[in-house]
Amino acid sequence: MKLTLKDGTVFEGKSFGAPVSASGEVVFNTGMVGYVESLSDPSYAGQIIVLSYPLVGNYGVPERKYFESDKIQAAGLIVADYSENYSHQLACESLSEWLKRSGVPAITGVDTRALAKKLREHGVMLGIIDARPVNAVRRRLTASAFVDPNKENLVARVSIKKPETYGNGATTIVIVDCGMKENILRSLVRPEITIVRVPWDYDFANEPHDALVISNGPGDPNMCGNTIENLKRAMLMPKPILGICLGTQLLALAAGGSTYKLKYGHRSQNQPCVDQETGRCYITSQNHGYAVDAKSLPHDWAVWFTNANDGSVEGIKHKSKAWRAVQFHPEAAPGPTDTAWIFDEFIRSISI
Amino acid sequence: MTTIKKVLLLGSGGLKIGQAGEFDYSGTQAIKALKEEGIRVILINPNIATVQTDSPAQGTDAKSENVADVVYLLPLTLPFAVQVIKKEKPDAILLGFGGQTALNLGLELEEKGILSKYKVQVLGTPVSVIRETEDRDMFIKRLQKIDVKTARSFAARNISDAKKAATKIGYPVMLRAGFALGGLGSGVVRTEKELVAKLSEIFGSSPQVLIEEDLCGWKEVEYEIVRDRTDNCISVCNMENIDPMGIHTGESMVVAPSQTLTNEEYHRLREIAIKTIRHLGVVGECNIQYALHPKTGDYRVIEVNARLSRSSALASKATGYPLAFIAAKLAMGFTLPQLKNSVTKSTTACFEPALDYIVLKMPRWDLTKFENAITQIGTEMKSVGEVMAIGRSFEEVLQKAIRMLSIGADGFVAHKNGNFRVANYLDEIKHPTTRRIFAIAEALRRGTSVSKISRLSGGIDPWFLEKMKNIMRCSRNLRRSDLPGRSDLLREDMLEAKKLGFSDIQIATLIKSTEDKIRQERMRHKILPVIKQIDTLAGEFPAKTNYLYVTYNGTENDIGRTKKSMIVLGSGPYCIGSSVEFDWSCVQALKTLSKNEYETIMINSNPETVSTDYDMSSRLYFEELSLERVLDIYQFEKARGVVISTGGQIPNNLALPLHKRGVRIMGTKPEDIDRAEDRHTFSKLLDRLEIDQPEWVELTTHKEAAIAAARIGYPVLVRPSYVLSGSAMSVAHDETSLLRFLKRAVDISTEHPVVISKFIENAREIEIDGVASRGKLIIYAITEHVENAGTHSGDATVVLPPQRTYMETIRRAKHITKDVVKELKITGPFNIQFIAKDNHLQVIECNVRSSRSFPFVSKATGYNFIDIATRAMLGKDVSGDYRTLELDYIAVKSPQFSYARIKGADPVSNVEMASTGEVACFGDTFSEALIKSMLASGFRLPRPKRRRLPYKSRRSRSEVGIPTKASGNILISLGKEENKIKLLSALQELAKMNFKLFATEHTADFMRENGIACEKVYKIGGKEPNVGTLIEKGKVDLIINIPAQAFGRDAIDGYIIRRKAVDLNIPLITNRQLAEAFIMAFAGIKASELKSISVDAYT
Repeated sequence: MKLTLKDGTVFEGKSFGAPVSASGEVVFNTGMVGYVESLSDPSYAGQIIVLSYPLVGNYGVPERKYFESDKIQAAGLIVADYSENYSHQLACESLSEWLKRSGVPAITGVDTRALAKKLREHGVMLGIIDARPVNAVRRRLTASAFVDPNKENLVARVSIKKPETYGNGATTIVIVDCGMKENILRSLVRPEITIVRVPWDYDFANEPHDALVISNGPGDPNMCGNTIENLKRAMLMPKPILGICLGTQLLALAAGGSTYKLKYGHRSQNQPCVDQETGRCYITSQNHGYAVDAKSLPHDWAVWFTNANDGSVEGIKHKSKAWRAVQFHPEAAPGPTDTAWIFDEFIRSISI
Repeated sequence: MTTIKKVLLLGSGGLKIGQAGEFDYSGTQAIKALKEEGIRVILINPNIATVQTDSPAQGTDAKSENVADVVYLLPLTLPFAVQVIKKEKPDAILLGFGGQTALNLGLELEEKGILSKYKVQVLGTPVSVIRETEDRDMFIKRLQKIDVKTARSFAARNISDAKKAATKIGYPVMLRAGFALGGLGSGVVRTEKELVAKLSEIFGSSPQVLIEEDLCGWKEVEYEIVRDRTDNCISVCNMENIDPMGIHTGESMVVAPSQTLTNEEYHRLREIAIKTIRHLGVVGECNIQYALHPKTGDYRVIEVNARLSRSSALASKATGYPLAFIAAKLAMGFTLPQLKNSVTKSTTACFEPALDYIVLKMPRWDLTKFENAITQIGTEMKSVGEVMAIGRSFEEVLQKAIRMLSIGADGFVAHKNGNFRVANYLDEIKHPTTRRIFAIAEALRRGTSVSKISRLSGGIDPWFLEKMKNIMRCSRNLRRSDLPGRSDLLREDMLEAKKLGFSDIQIATLIKSTEDKIRQERMRHKILPVIKQIDTLAGEFPAKTNYLYVTYNGTENDIGRTKKSMIVLGSGPYCIGSSVEFDWSCVQALKTLSKNEYETIMINSNPETVSTDYDMSSRLYFEELSLERVLDIYQFEKARGVVISTGGQIPNNLALPLHKRGVRIMGTKPEDIDRAEDRHTFSKLLDRLEIDQPEWVELTTHKEAAIAAARIGYPVLVRPSYVLSGSAMSVAHDETSLLRFLKRAVDISTEHPVVISKFIENAREIEIDGVASRGKLIIYAITEHVENAGTHSGDATVVLPPQRTYMETIRRAKHITKDVVKELKITGPFNIQFIAKDNHLQVIECNVRSSRSFPFVSKATGYNFIDIATRAMLGKDVSGDYRTLELDYIAVKSPQFSYARIKGADPVSNVEMASTGEVACFGDTFSEALIKSMLASGFRLPRPKRRRLPYKSRRSRSEVGIPTKASGNILISLGKEENKIKLLSALQELAKMNFKLFATEHTADFMRENGIACEKVYKIGGKEPNVGTLIEKGKVDLIINIPAQAFGRDAIDGYIIRRKAVDLNIPLITNRQLAEAFIMAFAGIKASELKSISVDAYT
């Protein structure tokens, strides 16, 4: 089995997932743990994940309740050294079994460092995992075979279809699910809170709520016109808003700012983000290909966090209202839990 | 942070088990970090073989050379530290860079009010925090406050308290007898009934028992945490021990990052670590150890080390994150976001490295050097060194690491001649020994299931074992592919083997071919390894890193070749006989090469070194020092040459094999090196030059050996042809001992015949370390051993310049040296060892490489011998007028032993080397240098009884470590008449000093006959007063026990006395010459004569 990049580069390896072909945007992630969480993260919809950490599959796959959504969202997986034997108390199947069951192709035996460097230098690229037998008569892949997932509304694909309610507290938070990782839900669920999770384009104006969360999600934020319009309306009221990842970009767009595509995105668990007010640096988990343009922010908005490595915007906040958003993942899963306090602070801001 | 201008840095002293070269790394990085800020650095460390004790070269300054401004080679004890503080008046002190030794001294300085008195600020983690992490009870209480779980432990002195404690913890509990030797009486009990039974046994021999929560079988996981003063806190690395709880992390195989932890476990423990460290208030670097339950995921914090440690050195090398450097900056007051990632040079230091490779650390033991030593491993550290392998599959790093150990193993499987087979493999898995990894291989070979091995081993995760099984499977396939008449392999079979870490030798062994043939085959198939960078960010950002490893699990090189480069081969793992001194030599060679405009390439596998700091060379290959790997790198880099003479015996042994394959070896020609290595040719060479040598014969059978020994005359020295630090050497006093020893020697080395030579008694040993250029002697230093010949040169107390050697002998030694140098056409470093008896000189050994005494002679004479040697190898003119004989001071080097860690070993000097490190001190007189040097190696002076001293003199004595408290007892036990007679005058001196002398039976009789008052003590177990009770009551300040047969084994009583001395931490002297030198020095010294003078003030 092999991976062909749009520029013609080919990486060969052995298949350990479903024996099918797949096309997608090839991105790399440098996290050393968390393949279960990443694969089930809807933000990876349409993407072929390359893991730079070579040894993958070691602790198998646990049952559904530990996932970030109900299935593998990524289009494919590329690793260096898949571990057929796994060992963990919580594991109930191997990564290979899960991939096969989910119809997702995967390749092992690839020099993922070389691949990651290629993507770093060239920027993310489209690619195809080719499952056709090697010795079969093969036609060259034409440019049209490379499908750009960002041209599709991925958010619509991964969002829930109708609202769902969790908990029974006095305070109601509406989460706009643009492809939400379930750990956001787990991080917000508390006795005093009711959560109403609504589809990405759902008009929540009529849904009684005390605060709003815009979740993470895949692809280009400009594809979510409906969400942006809904947000603009919501911002006529002063209710607290928390944006996460794609949610940050959507909030920025709704506020009048703009976004751009990063060359190769941030997908890792070691991104240092500095709180502009306190100077404190947090290690964060990230998975995004687009970012907010700091210069485009309206004057009543400020940059909250910046990335200590490349200076990009990692969080924004309104100067007077309780509207905040972070480009990273305070819910972690996978990754460090340093910024979990953002949820606590958000909930406190509701009661104020 | 700007107010600090002068900082006192405490080193860690001589290398010993549990505290090795990693502190040269951390101290050296701290110095760099301080010098970068223009701070003046004062260092106290008697370890002369370290890079950190380097002074600026002539004509340069401390800042450009990144070395300390003032170096004190002094004991790391309160009195000397006080003197230095008084004199230097530092603004601040760093305690976290010199291991437990520095930490303890720092705590003492604080406790005694010295730091506040002289207004010395403690940088980094506050002393109160250090105390909290060191005191078990305080630590547990502190962590309870933030609901962090610690392993529960209670001490009990009676059965009812013990029962209560056990109920509180919940069965099963672990029992540990307090104050017991070698974990005696420890074990797990499951019920109260079992507890009571076990307790009655324990209380018979120990007053106290520790009842602890049983954590055996839990996973052992460590995190390295960095925190700054503004509470930024990161986890630089996590590591998982392959051997679960119950085996000391220094004895475990360790992988980084963790392999069997899920995201949730990894980040939960990380979160707890950060919470704990913030709560404690560490500033700088620390290590936190966990036990993690494999089934429930429950955890316990085992301990926090609020200082740089062995683990942090490992983490630093594993990730490329310069922990010690950053810790020093944070101690100065910087914050993490203010600092840059020095690998990428563009990103911040406030991040957590992402690895895109796996690292495996493996301990190196050397217990076979000790007779009676217990080879079981457990909760105490016994390993003397370690290696670190980097790769992109577990199988690859495991096999690499095993080879890196340099113990003759070719990997996990497929050893030559069927070596490393373990007969009682199941037993050695269950009761782990230093050979457990080979026992596991054996079990897998014999088809034992992974689950059984995991269970027997007490919880090695099956994931690791499955990977090991992959190696076994591949080795079987290769063997099967060995079809008759066919020595080639299919490309994919070979590639698979290489990806699983098989060396060419292993493949050759499996398919009955040769290493060279496999290499050719490999080239034909174009199976070449690739070179990858360690960049701390897994490729996410471009990094100009020069930190490299080699792997077969990849398709692309990260880098191109160098333009004009020179390779220096490192020393490999620390072991007895090859220690930090070779790392020092390698670092000096790198420095000189780079000054001469070469790009330098370092190859080494030892994470506890300065040579493997990424900024010491233009390129660092953290790799195997094997023929295969060095050739791979040499051919890739197209290097101009390879320096093999600074890293000790491992690179030295590669000289000829590399040369034969077309590699340019710098310095002396490999054929000439081999002429010195090969006993036959060297002996003939000496004969031709009319240089005397002890008579020797080479034999292949026991019978021949016995006949030859009888002819030469006992005692004889027995050894195999090629030796590394006296390994498998011994002195036989009669046929019985000869045959007993031969049995062992032949077992150790089947390929090499046994050499028997005359053992010359009562002879002195002198050594010449020197540098030559094209067969001409350029510079040399002559040193003399205090102990007579027979004590391994690595264990001897060495003096420079010689004190007892006649000028005529020195002249003769120099002549011989010139002849040998000329004959071997030496260019570069060398060392010659002589035996001198009655002004008659015999050559016993010549090493055409740097020796372990090169840092000593370099620092004592003020000439950097390796710098000169390296320039000589580059063909530079190095001639000059080097004055090394007439010094205005004396330098003494003492061995540092680790007997306390090696249970059962007999602490007596021998032809086999036993010391793990060395220290050296300078003095105006021999006595001063000797006493300081002995103190620096951990010796304590006995306290004289009722000594009437004027008040002032008393005070000054106490200030240099001679206690004034009157209670001193000395036990003397001298085997053999000769020892008694020769020590008589020294004993008379001792008698004048108001000590209470105790002596064993014959010694007491002899002393009384000669008018020396003493109390007689009887044999152990004999009538009272007997030796055993005297020692155990802790009433002895010093034991002088000289065995009857020097360098042989004597009666069991002597062994018990010596062993008890070690176990009860009583100063011990077992060598007659050292005893004599010590007594004479001690009797003659005045307190004011133990001065604290810096190295530069002497030289």
